Amino acid sequence: MEPHRTFPRARAVPDHPPHTADALVKAPGPRGPSDPPPSADEPRIPRPLDVRPTDRELLSARLVPLRRPGQWASALVLLVLFAMLVHTLLTNKRFEWGTVGDYFLRGSILHGLELTLWLTGAVMASGYLLGIGIAAMRLSRNPVLRALSFGYVWLLRSVPPLVQLLFWYELASLYPRISLGIPFGHEFVTVKTAHLFSGILAAYVGLTLDVAAFSSEIVRGGILSVDPGQAEAAQALGLGNGRIFRRIVLPQAMPAIIPASGNLLIGMLKATSIVSVIAVQDLLYSAQLIYNQNFLIMPLLLVATVWYVILTTLLSVGQFYVERYYARGSGRGGGRDGGRSAGASGRRLWQIARGNIPLFGRTRTDLAGLS
Amino acid sequence: MTGAVTTGAAPAGEKRDRPLVRIRGLRKSFGGHLVLDGIDLDVREGEVTVLLGPSGSGKSTLLRCVNHLERPDAGFVELGGEIVGYRPGRGRLHELRARSLTRQRAQVGMVFQQFNLFPHLTVLENITEAPVAVRGVPRKEAAARARTLLERVGLAGRENSYPRQMSGGQQQRVAIARALAMEPRLLLFDEPTSALDPELVGDVLAVMRDLAVSGMTMIVVTHEIGFAREVADTVAFLDGGRIIESGTPADVLADPRHPRARAFLSAVL
Repeated sequence: MEPHRTFPRARAVPDHPPHTADALVKAPGPRGPSDPPPSADEPRIPRPLDVRPTDRELLSARLVPLRRPGQWASALVLLVLFAMLVHTLLTNKRFEWGTVGDYFLRGSILHGLELTLWLTGAVMASGYLLGIGIAAMRLSRNPVLRALSFGYVWLLRSVPPLVQLLFWYELASLYPRISLGIPFGHEFVTVKTAHLFSGILAAYVGLTLDVAAFSSEIVRGGILSVDPGQAEAAQALGLGNGRIFRRIVLPQAMPAIIPASGNLLIGMLKATSIVSVIAVQDLLYSAQLIYNQNFLIMPLLLVATVWYVILTTLLSVGQFYVERYYARGSGRGGGRDGGRSAGASGRRLWQIARGNIPLFGRTRTDLAGLS
Repeated sequence: MTGAVTTGAAPAGEKRDRPLVRIRGLRKSFGGHLVLDGIDLDVREGEVTVLLGPSGSGKSTLLRCVNHLERPDAGFVELGGEIVGYRPGRGRLHELRARSLTRQRAQVGMVFQQFNLFPHLTVLENITEAPVAVRGVPRKEAAARARTLLERVGLAGRENSYPRQMSGGQQQRVAIARALAMEPRLLLFDEPTSALDPELVGDVLAVMRDLAVSGMTMIVVTHEIGFAREVADTVAFLDGGRIIESGTPADVLADPRHPRARAFLSAVL
């Protein structure tokens, strides 16, 4: 029975025409016993097409995945293009990689990097706190809160961030004094604005308000994607509104919120470079200050770029883990249990890679097509 | 003062006479469409009331008014002597603030057609969430009680599963355990078996039957006539937003007088 298991279609089966089986046995010596005889009347398929294979044959047949030559060809083209890119980056002397290396860890660059990092972190954290609140206001039943939220988002999305930065920075020229009091009446507190907003504070405030407007729409979209039955069930259990929002609705909105938020975060990492207009020295501006003196423009831009690439890579990896955390309970596998099982961190990195390389960004069964 | 009705201080006669739930003149319309058209209904402590009727007859809306998931246009629901969702004062009913409403709702458990378990929380977390957050029960105590409840609904040992890893019947039984964890005075069931495969319906109905036997007060919207006949103390038949017939299952199910009820029952049976 052994041959039946491996080559079920080439060998004799009980319902075979008898002459085929004879031909196989009578194979001539010099050609070797495994070669089929080349005679013309010998059918390649040893029986007529209208005879259905038996169940046993079907069960023992090997499954051959669909071949995908197009995938191989496109992979090859991409590899060649990638090799060309690497080649030109390495061999074009004008990139001056040696100079890039010299400046990569320079003090002023690292200071700029530090500022970029914490400014991004602070702006995103406070911007999102505000944004979640604004989203909640927009979805509340209170028409005053709804209108306020709508107005805020409308205004802040309309004003270019650059204008906003300059507004806060130049506040003193618009409002030399700020006072708290009754309109047209008595003033209780008065503050001179001349020293209120340093460049860095103006950057923080301006970017935070900007992020708040955009993030509130991202958060609102996420919340709208959660089944209203969830909030109802929580209400029926007697949970309070704040608790329902934090514990039930927001965690379920996260899968819809994270990808867009990753965009916003990475965008902000680079968008912080507009603070150079108010003389705050972030990563990119630090590089600019150097090449303004020594005219090594490309190498210093590359220094900043490589840093941005490194940071973006780290953030993308972080996003992968955050996404997986919030995917817990979805799907039958149980995301969190799988994720927390020890070891296999290498395998997880491979998953990230697979998720980000189009050719491999498929399921395991699709990979079989490459073999 | 209103709570006295249900405390031991109340005269025995009054306690027996006053139903746990009294619904009077309840009306509700959605965008010009009248869904509830003057509902009167009493549910006594320990009784099971089954609401029957064609879809769109207002059964679910009625149920959702009982814990103020819907705000009625007129009429009221009284639970244990308190008006649900409102505070009476100076001849008016003032809608309650969220905090007071939360306290009222904590007395009423609800089981939904689509289960509405929280998919991002484990079974145990689903059950302990409300007791811990609303009642301030220590987490350990809540977990121990949750395990007892899971055993009661036949799901011992499943506390670390996520809802989507379970069958519909199992999820619905978790939802019942979740509602029971708040030790409600009243349980509402909104078509609890309608989303289930036929062979899973039995498990859920068995749990509900046990609850009824143990003396839980329940209002059940269902199409399971067998359950109504066997378990219900009262069957109310709704059509067009009114209760057109109500009484013991023997009366209403065996010999319906209203032609609409008769037509519906002959179609369902």
